[in-house]
Amino acid sequence: MRDTSPPPPIITLEGVEKYYGDYHALRGISAEIGQGEFFSLLGPSGCGKTTLLRAIAGFEDISQGRILLDGRDMEGVPPNKRPTNMVFQSYAIFPHLSVAENVGFGLRKSSLSAEEKKTAVGEALEMVGLGGYGTRAAHALSGGQRQRVALARALILKPKVLLLDEPLSALDKKMREQMQTELRRLQRQVGITFILVTHDQEEALIMSDRIAVMFEGEIAQLAPPQELYRRPATRRVGEFIGMMNFLPAEVQGAQGDLVEVDVAGLGRAKLAQDQCPMGAAGKASIGLRPESLTLLFDGQGAERVAAGTVDEVTYYGDMTYYDIQLDGAPGVVSVSMRNMPGRRVLERGDRADLAWDPRAMVLFC
Amino acid sequence: MRGGGLKTYAVIYLIFLYAPIVLLPLFAFNDGTIIAFPLQGFTTHWFAELVRTEALIEATVNSLFIAVVTAILATCFGLFAARAGTRHRFPAKAGIMGFIMLPLVLPEIIVAVSLLVAMLQVGLSPSVWTVIAGHVLICTPFAIAILNGSFANMDNSLEEAAIDLGETQLSTFRLITLPLVMPGIIASLLICFTISLDEFIIAFFLSGNEPTLPVYLWGQLRFPGRLPVIMALGTILVALSILLLITAEYFRRRGLRRAGLKDTGGFL
Repeated sequence: MRDTSPPPPIITLEGVEKYYGDYHALRGISAEIGQGEFFSLLGPSGCGKTTLLRAIAGFEDISQGRILLDGRDMEGVPPNKRPTNMVFQSYAIFPHLSVAENVGFGLRKSSLSAEEKKTAVGEALEMVGLGGYGTRAAHALSGGQRQRVALARALILKPKVLLLDEPLSALDKKMREQMQTELRRLQRQVGITFILVTHDQEEALIMSDRIAVMFEGEIAQLAPPQELYRRPATRRVGEFIGMMNFLPAEVQGAQGDLVEVDVAGLGRAKLAQDQCPMGAAGKASIGLRPESLTLLFDGQGAERVAAGTVDEVTYYGDMTYYDIQLDGAPGVVSVSMRNMPGRRVLERGDRADLAWDPRAMVLFC
Repeated sequence: MRGGGLKTYAVIYLIFLYAPIVLLPLFAFNDGTIIAFPLQGFTTHWFAELVRTEALIEATVNSLFIAVVTAILATCFGLFAARAGTRHRFPAKAGIMGFIMLPLVLPEIIVAVSLLVAMLQVGLSPSVWTVIAGHVLICTPFAIAILNGSFANMDNSLEEAAIDLGETQLSTFRLITLPLVMPGIIASLLICFTISLDEFIIAFFLSGNEPTLPVYLWGQLRFPGRLPVIMALGTILVALSILLLITAEYFRRRGLRRAGLKDTGGFL
C-alpha cells in the first residue's frame, strides 16, 4: 500500500476563524500542510476556500486561531513579509511592464547583481516554457502565457509555499488540461508546497496529494484523492466529488468488525468499519459509484445480482450511462459501462441484471 | 433615403454649435472696428494690440496661475477620492461620494455667492487664492469622474500582487498604481486647467482687484472699440482649449493601448 502519512508540516492551521461582520466565513479550520505537498482546497463558491488562501497569504486578517508558517506565527505579518507567493485568479500581470520586468519584479529589492537577476529571470521563464519571451509586452500575451508568467513571477522568489487562486478557471478546456499536468510537473520539479484553490473536483483529483473539501467555512474531509473518492466521509462529500448513487439501507447489526446492512433493491451486505465513516445505526443510506455497478449481458453471472429496468440511456462514445430502476428500490441508480467491441447498448425499457460488490459501498447515517 | 431627417438634424445641430465659434477668428482678423458683415479685409492688428495691453497680460498671468494650481490640487483630491471610492468600503460611502460630486450640478452662481459670504465671514479678502479655492471646488468632481474610470479599469489584484512580491503600500502605489492611472491623471489635469481657465462667475465674485482673463474680458465689453481685440483673444482661447482636449484624449488613448484595455469612450 502507498504511504499516505503526510510529510512534516510547513503550514499549521489551528482553529482558524474568520468573521465578516455577522458572516462566519471560516469556522474553526485546523489542518497541517506538508513540506513539498500539492494541497488543494476544494469546495463550491462561497465555502471559504479563497478566504482561507488569502488568510495564509496575509491579505485577510483572521478573527481567531493561529496560522503557523514554517513554525512561525503569522499574526500581524504583512503579505510582503511572508514566505508565500500567490498566483492570482486574474493572474495580475502588470500591463505596463514587459514579460521580463514582470517576472523580475520581486527581485527588485534583492541583493543580486543586475546580471544575476537577468539570469534568474531567464531561468524562470525557461522553467515555465516561455524562454525568449522576455522582451514581449505583457498585455499582448494569451491566457495560457499570462498564467505561465504569473507562475514564473511567483516562483522566482523561491517561496516556501506557492498559493494558487483558481489559476485555471479562466482557461479553455484544452489549455486547462494541459496546464494541470504541467503544474503538477512543475511542483515536483521545484519541490515547493503548492496550495491550490479550486471548485473543480476533477482538477483537484488529478493534481493533488491531498484535498481538503470545504463546505460553509468548514473542512468536511481532508484526504488523498483516492480515499476521498472511494470513502467520502459524508453524503455531501460523496455527491460533490464525482457521481454517487444513494440507496436507502437499514442497519441489521454488527458481527465483530463487520456491519450488516439491508440495501433497498440490492439485498444484504456486510461492510467493514472503514465503510461506515459516520458509524452505523438504524435508518441509513449507502453510496455507490456508477462504475462499481456492472450490467450483466447474456449468460454472464456474478456472486451478487440485482434486477431492474432500464429507464434512461446516455451514450458518450467511450462510455454509456444507464439509469436503472431497481426492483424494490425508490428512484433510479446510475450505472456506467465501457463500450467494448461486441458489447451492445441496452435500450429504454429493457430488463437488466446488475452485479454489485459490497466493497464499493459507503454507509451514511 | 433612410434616416435623412435625422442626418439633417445632426448637421443643423453641429452648425448651431460651431458657427458662432467660427465667427471669432473671422472678426479677429477683420480690418474694422465694427463687428458686422461685410468683412473689411485681413489684419493682425488686433493681435498686436492684445500683446501691448498690460492689464490684459496681468489678467492672463493670473488666469494661468489659477488654472495650474487648481488643476494640480483638484487632481490630487480627485486621486484620493477615486482610489478610496473604488478600492475601499467604508460607512456611508454612497452618501459621501454623492456629496463630493454635488458641485457638478450645483448652480455656479450659488457656489460663488456662498463662497463670497463665507470668505468675508472669516475675514479673507478676495484674491487669486480665493478664486483657486472656488475653482478646486468645482473642478474636483470632474477629476474624480475621470480618475474613477482609470481606477475602475485597473484590476484590484495588481496592487495585491505587487505587495505579495515584497513591495510596500507606498512603493506599490509608485510602481504599479501611478503608472497605470497616469493617463487619467494627465487627462484630469488638462480638463481642470481648461475649466478653470475660462470659468467666469466664481472668478468674478472672488477675484477682487486681481481679475482673471474672463473677468477682464467682460469688463472690456463696455467699450465697443475693444471688441475686435476680445475677438482675437477669444480666438486664441478657443485654439488653446481644443489643443488641450486633443492632448488629453491622446494621453488617454495611449494609456489604454499600453494597458491593453478596450476603449470604453472618452471625451473625443
